[in-house]
Amino acid sequence: MRVTIRIQKEPFDISAETAELAYDGVGAVASFTGHVRGSDGVNGLVLEHYPGMTERVIAEHIEEAARRWNLLGVAVIHRIGELMPGEAIVLTAVGAAHRGDALAAVHFLMDHLKIDATFWKQERRGADLTWVEPRTSDHHAAGKWK
Amino acid sequence: VKILYFAWVRQKIGKSEETVAKPAGVETLRQLAEFLARRGAGYAEAFADLSRLRAALNQMHTGLDTPVGPDDEVAFFPPVTGG
Repeated sequence: MRVTIRIQKEPFDISAETAELAYDGVGAVASFTGHVRGSDGVNGLVLEHYPGMTERVIAEHIEEAARRWNLLGVAVIHRIGELMPGEAIVLTAVGAAHRGDALAAVHFLMDHLKIDATFWKQERRGADLTWVEPRTSDHHAAGKWK
Repeated sequence: VKILYFAWVRQKIGKSEETVAKPAGVETLRQLAEFLARRGAGYAEAFADLSRLRAALNQMHTGLDTPVGPDDEVAFFPPVTGG
């Protein structure tokens, strides 16, 4: 299985990243892209993370996904720093022989990334920055995989 | 003990990391947090309500009652909000 985990300030190219996963034997590439919501007066996000731990946590979830489903490649790319509304913030893409494995693994990885990958977001409204509070629904989403 | 702070914990304390000698009587992360809370106003504010904080030991999520050793890397932070 090929695994890519990147935490970066720069934008990523969704087509290029998913094309990377479509090598021999891969019949399905499923992906999820999260974008910055520009609702409630939010005109940007600022993200930080725990270098080293973030990558480790994501790698553990990928290993768990690979035990549950038959996967050939996984890419998780998450941005940090300053982001504007509409910009892509996270990409999770999975390559597998068949779509069922790829779709389920993307869902699993996103639900788990939300609850314990070590990122913290601030919302910008005008000149004000406020820390985002976690949503309890995220824990319920991850709990259903147990 | 190497200690890292993230998000508003980092802002209140005014630094992102520091190394402290493990104080006598500090055996768990909770006791370390209580010790740090006495180091100044920013620390006191950051550690005022431990139920709002999460912790990691050597880059793994853990509870506050986990034992801590002198060569460990500890992190204190709010619940994560990635994705």
